[in-house]
Amino acid sequence: MLEFMEGSHAVAEIVKRCRPQVIAAYPITPQTHIVEDLAQMVANCEIDAEYITVESEFSALSACLGASAAGSRVYSATTSQGLALMFEVCFNAAGMRQPIVMTIANRSLGAPLSIWNDQQDSISLRDSGWLQYYAEDNQEAADLHMIAYRVCEDHDILLPAFVCFDGFILTHTYEPVALPSQEEVDAYLPAFTPYQRLDAEAPLSMGMYATPEYYMEFRYEIDRAMHRSKQAFIKAGREFGEQFGRDYSALVEGYRLEDADTALVAMGSICGTVKDAIDEMREHGRKVGLLKIRTYRPFPAQEIADALKGVSTVAVLDKNISLGNGGAVGTEVKSALYGSGVAVYDYIIALGGRDVRKRDIAAVVDLAEKGKGDMFYGLRTEVL
Amino acid sequence: MTAAELIAFAAFEGGVYSQAFPAFGVERRGAPVQAFVRFSDEKIRLRSQVYEPDYIIVQDPTLIGDVDVFKGMEAGGIAIVNTEKPDFDARVPEGVKVYAIDATTIALEELGVPITNTTLMGAFAAATGEIQLEPLEHALRNRFSGSMADKNVKAAERAYNLVGGTA
Repeated sequence: MLEFMEGSHAVAEIVKRCRPQVIAAYPITPQTHIVEDLAQMVANCEIDAEYITVESEFSALSACLGASAAGSRVYSATTSQGLALMFEVCFNAAGMRQPIVMTIANRSLGAPLSIWNDQQDSISLRDSGWLQYYAEDNQEAADLHMIAYRVCEDHDILLPAFVCFDGFILTHTYEPVALPSQEEVDAYLPAFTPYQRLDAEAPLSMGMYATPEYYMEFRYEIDRAMHRSKQAFIKAGREFGEQFGRDYSALVEGYRLEDADTALVAMGSICGTVKDAIDEMREHGRKVGLLKIRTYRPFPAQEIADALKGVSTVAVLDKNISLGNGGAVGTEVKSALYGSGVAVYDYIIALGGRDVRKRDIAAVVDLAEKGKGDMFYGLRTEVL
Repeated sequence: MTAAELIAFAAFEGGVYSQAFPAFGVERRGAPVQAFVRFSDEKIRLRSQVYEPDYIIVQDPTLIGDVDVFKGMEAGGIAIVNTEKPDFDARVPEGVKVYAIDATTIALEELGVPITNTTLMGAFAAATGEIQLEPLEHALRNRFSGSMADKNVKAAERAYNLVGGTA
């Protein structure tokens, strides 16, 4: 049954039903409504969880890491500068193989200070060993949390995950969402069974010193688990579809790609606007489609190459920039399509909350079809 | 934002898909802010701001003149303007119908505070026909409880009847 609610509230409700045992988070715009809701739920005894109030994001994720190591299902949420402050703990959480799920309410990074949306924050942690899933709408944002716990806690995976949804554009938008009941969530997501945990009766150490004889093998194992998580996601997404009727088994999802000459590639909420723009362009006889990337880590390079093998031109929309090179997604899509003969162009777009309209998407397609790309789109040249 | 959220909720209760979101500015009472609403028979995928509104609600008449509140409106559009002075000075696009309503006075009388969201919501419902009274009341009772709900429903109904009389 669809209910009308704010995106942040939908995420908080679904997190509650995932039964985290420990929540630690520090409020920061635009993540605030999620953790306010959860704090209230804990205070009202709606969740049997410990809510640890902390003085910073560094402490929030450190508390989650400790609680996870002690055998609890844990949750946190952050964005932007808050995620930047967690940098060190992010690498440790992945290295210690703790299945923490954290919502990222995507926001740009300063300076200059900006509270508005792009995806620079989570993209900047792409090498940290966290799985990264991106939601197009608030339904997908809520659903991906259940899938993330399933994948992370799989004993063949044991990695943490970001569930990313665009700050303000989704977090603060009210729209209809279907929330599974507690019983339905319980049926999909069983109680957490730690692979190993800190226990005074049977002491063990995690995250210890690794000499050059061992360090590389640890990194190799994390990388292998990342790659294995593709199959775990496909399975969890398929089973989600069987139970709830919304199938998330695809790491990448095509929209009107079958006969497309030009494909846009994008992640997150911009995909909705792109789909509407594609419908309009199709009415004018333009053969355009979209490939939406749902899982940015692990990067679905083979799936992208397979999905785009019929197109001649690709335009990647990047809500981030690796300064001095180009968009992170564009760079990786080019790598995935290397040798295919497909022309791939990258567009840095919508940084710091710059609005994107259907006509902007059409303009990007025009540029790509003329062979113009690898550029910022929509710069106000009068202020440069 | 509250008005946008309530209108979108009432529309959803009335059986269509809807979406409401703020213009993500600095949200503090008194600062100029925008919020947007879309209705559709199909799931709404578009995330851009609204540039060509079919309807606008102007909560603060002092903005008229400083801000082109009618920007992007075309013939057939409807504007609901909260103002004490129905003859306010603004260039209204041709074919846009303006309903001037003194929502501040109604809100002060019914709620005791000059917060016009629910009053203007009633005016919007009557002027556009996009939402009916029953889902509107449901939206208000979902948001407010007890006597606050009654007062807000009364304010909305008063505006609804006032505009309904001129529609």
